[in-house]
Amino acid sequence: MGSGERVTFKNPVVSWIDERLPVFSLMHKEYRAFPTPKNFNYLWNFGAIASVMLILMIVTGIVLAMHYTPHADMAFGSVEHIMRDVNWGWMLRYLHMNGAAFFFVAVYIHMFRGMYYGSYKKPRELLWILGVVIFLLMMATAFMGYTLPWSQMGGWAATVITNLFSAVPIFGDDIVSLLWGGFSVDNPTLNRFFSLHYVLPFVIFAVVFLHVWALHVSGSNNPLGIEPKGPQDTLPFHPYYTMKDTFGLAVFLLLYVVVTFWFPNIFAHPDHFVEYNPLQTPPHIVPEWYFLPFYAILRAITFDIAIPFGNVLFLIAALGATLYAYFSAGRVRKFLWLCIVADIFALALLSFSPHFVLEAKLGGVIAMFGSVGLLVLLPWLDTHPVRSARFRPRYRFFLWLFVIATIVLGYVGAQLPEGIWVKLGQLCTAYYFGFFLVILPWLSRTEKALPLPKSISDAVLKGVVVLFAVISFSTPVLAEGGEHSHEAQHVESQEWSFRGPFGTYDREALRRGYTVYQNVCSACHSMNLVSYRNLSDLGYSPEQVKAIAAEYSVMDGPDDEGEMFERPALPRDPFTNPYPNRKAAIYANNGSYPPDMSLLAKARHGGADYIYGLLTGYGDAPHGKDLMQGQYWNAVMTGNVIAMAPPLSEGMVSYEDGSPETLDQYARDVSHFLTWAAEPHMEARKYTGVKVFIFLLVFAIVMYGVKKKTWADVH
Amino acid sequence: MSTANQTDDGETRRDFLHLTAGALGAVGVGVFAWPFIDSLNPAADTLAMSTIEVDLSPVEEGESITVVWRGKPVFIRHRTPKEIESAQKIAVADLRDSEADQDRVQKAQWLIMVGICTHLGCVPLGQRKTEPKGDFGGWFCPCHGSHYDISGRIRKGPAPKNLAVPQYNFIDDTTVRIG
Repeated sequence: MGSGERVTFKNPVVSWIDERLPVFSLMHKEYRAFPTPKNFNYLWNFGAIASVMLILMIVTGIVLAMHYTPHADMAFGSVEHIMRDVNWGWMLRYLHMNGAAFFFVAVYIHMFRGMYYGSYKKPRELLWILGVVIFLLMMATAFMGYTLPWSQMGGWAATVITNLFSAVPIFGDDIVSLLWGGFSVDNPTLNRFFSLHYVLPFVIFAVVFLHVWALHVSGSNNPLGIEPKGPQDTLPFHPYYTMKDTFGLAVFLLLYVVVTFWFPNIFAHPDHFVEYNPLQTPPHIVPEWYFLPFYAILRAITFDIAIPFGNVLFLIAALGATLYAYFSAGRVRKFLWLCIVADIFALALLSFSPHFVLEAKLGGVIAMFGSVGLLVLLPWLDTHPVRSARFRPRYRFFLWLFVIATIVLGYVGAQLPEGIWVKLGQLCTAYYFGFFLVILPWLSRTEKALPLPKSISDAVLKGVVVLFAVISFSTPVLAEGGEHSHEAQHVESQEWSFRGPFGTYDREALRRGYTVYQNVCSACHSMNLVSYRNLSDLGYSPEQVKAIAAEYSVMDGPDDEGEMFERPALPRDPFTNPYPNRKAAIYANNGSYPPDMSLLAKARHGGADYIYGLLTGYGDAPHGKDLMQGQYWNAVMTGNVIAMAPPLSEGMVSYEDGSPETLDQYARDVSHFLTWAAEPHMEARKYTGVKVFIFLLVFAIVMYGVKKKTWADVH
Repeated sequence: MSTANQTDDGETRRDFLHLTAGALGAVGVGVFAWPFIDSLNPAADTLAMSTIEVDLSPVEEGESITVVWRGKPVFIRHRTPKEIESAQKIAVADLRDSEADQDRVQKAQWLIMVGICTHLGCVPLGQRKTEPKGDFGGWFCPCHGSHYDISGRIRKGPAPKNLAVPQYNFIDDTTVRIG
């Protein structure tokens, strides 16, 4: 690296350092003078955008790790501690959570760019493979990060994904218990996932360095896919592409900010807000949207794949490979082939049954890993001499079909594996593999490309905006996809003051809602994540908060004599629990656990609408529907059967502000209150969002001006 | 570098645009850093724990208790009239950190202070009857040999300041709220 020519610098300090360690020469060569094709379109922004997202993820992640506790008993609570108590914690977490999604958006567009313009072809094969390695590391990191909040979704995703390895013949179960560090997903699993989730991003950073290094050896590809013929075809990286990348980044960040500050949970499933319970699987496990296509491929293999006379076939293959090894030239090549022979021979021994069957479970796992693994082979599957799809109409057609198939797979992955979705998933999976294994090699031989231009001409923006729009709009659709599939009952949407981009909580409604909770709900439902001190947010004075807290008593101690004692609750104490523990709560409620209400509004589809609908949805069971004792009919509850007796009735709670003391008003107020309890910093979030959005908008506009000025003499 | 050569004279509009963009970027990054730094400050639940109430009624004259406040030991000593007298008669001007005993207590019999040596943060000895109390009958820090008197003032050794007096107030005769 230091062997290159040095640049002379005017600044004596810079010059002194550069003579001893030529970092400034390196930066000058690679990021200033670096000759870059002058015809990039905006798709070439996404490499820089992805690097910025990686750094943002690392920075937010390091700070979040300072507040997080990787212990099975405390992880869920510590994440809520970040969301509620840590200064700006809600913002850092939402930036991190949604940053992962936007990191994948940038990387998927970056990968599409590579495929569309043939950036993986000679001499950039290794550059492409390093990119696939980054992608794999990202998938591993994102998956483990998904587990850390120790929610129902995270814990069960960890269970399902680690169980993939149980499909490995013979060693499967041992591998899985090695991954878990026990007999189920538990504290040891969480600890190692946290450790790996922390370290892998730095590994990604290192591979990104290699990726960029390889890029700077071969130089960038460009929309025409032909190599620059000389200086007239290139521009120095700075200021042309630094300015263009910064402008593109600002636009990308605007989208990211809108999601983070106004729809922060759009990618999150309600089961993210329920603590992990190893005894109860949620009805529908979905991975994050960016894994859905691969998840759909996993589920597409619903059948055993029978290989007749598998062992015979393997033996024949082994024999053939041995002969090939014998006649091939070179010791290394002979050795490699003999290794393959040994593998095939081992498989033959393993499959010593007349009909070797590849079970559906293993088949699905192989298909899923294979779908990513194929990307590594891409430079050798597509050997067509022309790079850019612009001059390969047939390749372009099949590539767009591939993009559509992948998006459809993503949608299928979010649905319950039933009916048409299974068939559609199988169809798209077949196309996915067919594209790589049949269509690409076939096109490589037969496709006649359009005539290539002699040298690089001006860039054309066409189509890029469309693609960006497709991807950025299809992701929320994928995220929403899971919600439609098992929405039990229709929940009517209500008017709420906290709706909309500038919506706020209604303090009076919150105080009334708290009164209802205090007098009715709190008899059975705990609210462990809310403390009396938080009530000051509802407009209570410090004295009122103290008085409210003092009505309750908490167990404290031990005192100087080692005895536990009861004392009046203080503002700093969490809401007192109606039952000493979970089992007591279940026992007192005929076997049903009254869920903790702190996060209820986020842990149910429909949020406040759902809670309101449930509280007002009691009625008589229709004919033919028998209810057991202790069961009630409810229009909104899944399956219409609920174990909670109708909790509210007219006039049971008295309001001080003269609001109507009706069931409807109670239900409305308590839903309002529970929404606040689940998301206490919503107002700060929107308010901060407005400031960040305006700033970025101004910055983007100014950067657009800078970019235009910079490029004025090129166009 | 074809553009760099031209900027020396004229082209103020481009310069202005560049400066605006640079300033916006720098300010943006600077402001963005604040939430990260502020998140390291004490969180709301930590701040909520920052006051405690102590019942003094069981502490006999001549006894000391240690309570935990904000993760630190707080020494509370029920001083005898003799101790009060000896603390008050010291010539304040001679002390390294001149402070009259009256300025260090709200009620003369109750001395309340943070039990952390002002030298390098060790916990001085002297709370228990069996522990060494130093040359001035108060507290003695074993780490580097600082001696404190019965008012918690530094009298000998490397510590620069008297033991700190936290903010507190008496809710009634026998209950004190610290913090």
